[in-house]
Amino acid sequence: MIKEYQTISEVSGPLMLVKGVQDVGYDELGQIELGNGETRHCRVLEINGDDVLVQLFESSAGMNLDDSKVRFLGHGAQLGVSLDMLGRVFDGMGHSIDGGAEIIPEKMMDINGEPMNPAAREYPSEFIQTGVSAIDGLNTLVRGQKLPIFSGSGLPHADFAAQIARQARVRGTDSNFAVVFAAVGITYEEADFFINDFRKSGSIDRTVMFLNLANDPAVERISTPRMALTAAEYLAFEKNMHVLVIITDITNYCESLREISAARKEVPGRRGYPGYLYTDLATMYERAGKKKGVDGSITMIPIVSMPEDDITHPIPDLTGYITEGQIILSRELYRKGIKPPVNVSPSLSRLKDKGIGEGKTREDHADTMNQLFAAYSRGKDAKELMSILGEAALSETDKIYARFADHFEKRYVNQGYYTNRSIEDTLNIGWELLKDLPRQELKRIHDEYVDKYYYGKNTADEEE
Amino acid sequence: MEQGTIVKISGPLVAATGMSRANMGDVVRVGELGLTGEILEMRDGRASIQVYEETAGLKVGEPVHTTGLPLSVELGPGLVETIYDGIQRPLFKLIEKTGSNITRGVTESALDHSKEWDFVATAKEGDEVSMGDIIGTVQETNAVLHKIMIPKGIEGTIKEIKSGTYTIDEVVAIVTDDNGDDHDVTMLQRWPVRVQRPYVEKLPPNEPLITGQRVIDTMFPLAKGGTAAVPGPFGSGKTVVQHQLAKWAEVDIVVYIGCGERGNEMTDVLNEFPELEDPKTGEPLMKRTILIANTSDMPVAAREASVYTGITIAEYFRDMGYSVALMADSTSRWAEALREMSGRLEEMPGEEGYPAYLSSRLAQFYERAGKIICMGKDRRQGSLSAIGAVSPPGGDISEPVSQATLRIVKVFWGLDANLAHARHFPAINWLTSYSLYEDRLGPWLNEKIDKEFTSHRARMMRLLQEESELNEVVQLVGMDGLSKKDQMKLEICKVIREDYLHQNAFHEVDTYASMHKQFKLMDIILYYYDRCNEAIDKEINLDDLFFMPSREDIGRYKYLEESIADQGYDKIKQDIDAHIANLIRKAGEADD
Repeated sequence: MIKEYQTISEVSGPLMLVKGVQDVGYDELGQIELGNGETRHCRVLEINGDDVLVQLFESSAGMNLDDSKVRFLGHGAQLGVSLDMLGRVFDGMGHSIDGGAEIIPEKMMDINGEPMNPAAREYPSEFIQTGVSAIDGLNTLVRGQKLPIFSGSGLPHADFAAQIARQARVRGTDSNFAVVFAAVGITYEEADFFINDFRKSGSIDRTVMFLNLANDPAVERISTPRMALTAAEYLAFEKNMHVLVIITDITNYCESLREISAARKEVPGRRGYPGYLYTDLATMYERAGKKKGVDGSITMIPIVSMPEDDITHPIPDLTGYITEGQIILSRELYRKGIKPPVNVSPSLSRLKDKGIGEGKTREDHADTMNQLFAAYSRGKDAKELMSILGEAALSETDKIYARFADHFEKRYVNQGYYTNRSIEDTLNIGWELLKDLPRQELKRIHDEYVDKYYYGKNTADEEE
Repeated sequence: MEQGTIVKISGPLVAATGMSRANMGDVVRVGELGLTGEILEMRDGRASIQVYEETAGLKVGEPVHTTGLPLSVELGPGLVETIYDGIQRPLFKLIEKTGSNITRGVTESALDHSKEWDFVATAKEGDEVSMGDIIGTVQETNAVLHKIMIPKGIEGTIKEIKSGTYTIDEVVAIVTDDNGDDHDVTMLQRWPVRVQRPYVEKLPPNEPLITGQRVIDTMFPLAKGGTAAVPGPFGSGKTVVQHQLAKWAEVDIVVYIGCGERGNEMTDVLNEFPELEDPKTGEPLMKRTILIANTSDMPVAAREASVYTGITIAEYFRDMGYSVALMADSTSRWAEALREMSGRLEEMPGEEGYPAYLSSRLAQFYERAGKIICMGKDRRQGSLSAIGAVSPPGGDISEPVSQATLRIVKVFWGLDANLAHARHFPAINWLTSYSLYEDRLGPWLNEKIDKEFTSHRARMMRLLQEESELNEVVQLVGMDGLSKKDQMKLEICKVIREDYLHQNAFHEVDTYASMHKQFKLMDIILYYYDRCNEAIDKEINLDDLFFMPSREDIGRYKYLEESIADQGYDKIKQDIDAHIANLIRKAGEADD
């Protein structure tokens, strides 16, 4: 029998204190019935004797302490999952909002998940071709990786993420592929852009969407990404699908977390964010991955918009410590008209080494990648020096490098949002650029590849 | 068994009343599920308990039982090659029990109690023994000879001892004490993790811990029994440095603690270490490694315990007379776990919300490292070196964890994001890093490797220092404003950076360089520099010196197998001599 309590003694911001409660579990979900019959939802944050502190998911406006009743449901937040979720749209709490029939769940899953045993993980090593050179060639994504996009307000991360979702394929397979999209506190326009893009590319039937828009309750944002990840876990680990999870925008999620933390009067960490922000983010990000003995995988691309483009801000900073690399968008490149404006030097994919090379991409991949990085970095240094001292101060070699850096941005990075390059195209464009450098500068490439790809073309030219 | 009742639940912190007979620090079982927890605080009969597992669903009124024992680890044969979580639950066993996710309330003993080991007695009946004396051995893996020591609290004469096949619970020896009472000795010991294991005496560290990493061994060496910190922003290669050390450090046992870090990193170690060969024994590296994994999605309280679990196991092997290296990645996550528990206990926060006892806890942890004379009559020596990664927010090491760590450790390998972005790895900044063992290890290096070792190193350091000053001048006046000798200096620093300090962890040969090879490469670079300077005195064109073919050979020297490295060294020297002589001759002819 479920008891009802009419003993709400305090409501302050998103928090509410209920007295005289018995037999309630930590993290349990509750329902609040207002005097006018409206219901709202809450979750147990702390139990002290028979006082229970709960967090409201919706606003507390219009709530009367005397008339309202609280019922605890005997379980934590859950999501009813089923294969019918594909192609459907849900709100941040997992209720269908596309006008279709409610899902008949195959089972209920706890949205908090359980930590994955590190000994049961399988190391991600399957190359995903995103068709974007800056990723495929230099910061390769593999199945089961979590690779965030660090962006800033006004930068085209949505176009970029949509491009990845549209083009990402594991080569040579045509296996079960699904997208789970979680909108966390973004605007209607941005969400609409994604929905339209999924629709246009025909991938909408393989997409599950969870939308918490900017005007939805902020506290609900705590649950939205977890709903999405629970759906992803179901599809990946029970239905053996390869799931790409896109979450945008993590910054909004963190602000909600801060709001609750502040309401609880917790000791704040950096910039007012709670001290457990790292742990909290980790329990989401670490749900990506592959398991031994299971075919499916979860690859995660969270989008983080860096406040003031500051990478040392706690949100991108802590994200970077958990995720397996990061793709950084640059305002400077954006202004230059480079699309996508990926700043490759500080971008990184930690798992790339096991996903590239012979049999996965091509044998020269690792070497050319290192060479391109080194050359671009030197080219940028040369350009910087040039802007201080003028072109005359550069050595001949440095001038070559400065030109290389420009070509690299224009030819390699700047491909537009609708060009889908195969990995061979990407690698060949890399060689095309490297050919502008003198042979002895290619220190990081094995001789055999230089012979094959650097001279291969040159000798042909001479014959002509 | 004493039973209490839960009265408060706040995340991983649970309060229970009716606990007056429990002790501070006791391990308790919380709730119907029997979640593992530890008592942090006692007020009257009310205990504050940190729970090492997720507390969702726990209710007020559920029971709490104390085990009456502090958080302890099981020590004995079977530790090596195992991967544990923060409270020493064997993770592979947990998969068998609960599948690929860790379910709550699951318990499993750390060591296999049914497995039989071949015990070889080395003591005999009638021997006088006390704590730490070795009475026998077990070949635990091909690489590790596990020594069975008399545990704490037993002292007397061996009445009975016999080689044979035993499980860790079976009695291998009986010791009679002065009162005539008999004590059973098994191969299993338990030790509370928060208590340091005793030793006879601490010794000053005076022998380098060779790691095969040039920038570390040559420039900023660590001593056996020393402590080091590796702070750096994300993406600067902390974990790769830690992995490299775990792979190639010249020690008998490696304990690797993944504390609040990525799950896939532990998987990587689990996949890779059984495949890699220990250069010393030829056995897979896994055969000397113990892993503690408390990844960032696992409960935060167990993260706090994981570093203690790890260091206690490390101390146990040190007590056998082994040299042990402990890597903790990352101590910042451990400090954050402390902060979270402290916040929930409503303690007065210190800097950035960290508890006021942060620095003393860190100091206590690092102080458990050292080179020691072990307990036991044979006065054998053991060492425990501790290397902690630090993850400062935003890469800014002015934050409390970095600062508290730097006050304690003797070696600082500062990782630099700019170096990492330029793909210079290991991204250890040579201008900011330091090692306080440099002087102490000098005699050993000069004696065992080469008498010029420390003077060569000093020269390289000086050159790099001068490079950074010259670079500032170049920013103002350009390269042409420098004298030829200064230009040469910049050029040689480029060689030092690219061909010496840069080391490719993923290249099969370059991943490890012996001290001998390190010295030879250092020698050859300085040789090239000296010859070039002589040539500059004779008015030889700089470009001819910069682009001589031997330059490429120097660059490729690090990729030469150890067996042919000496030949390569001789050849490069000859080539340099010949080439420069040729240049001087040509210049002379042109003058005539």
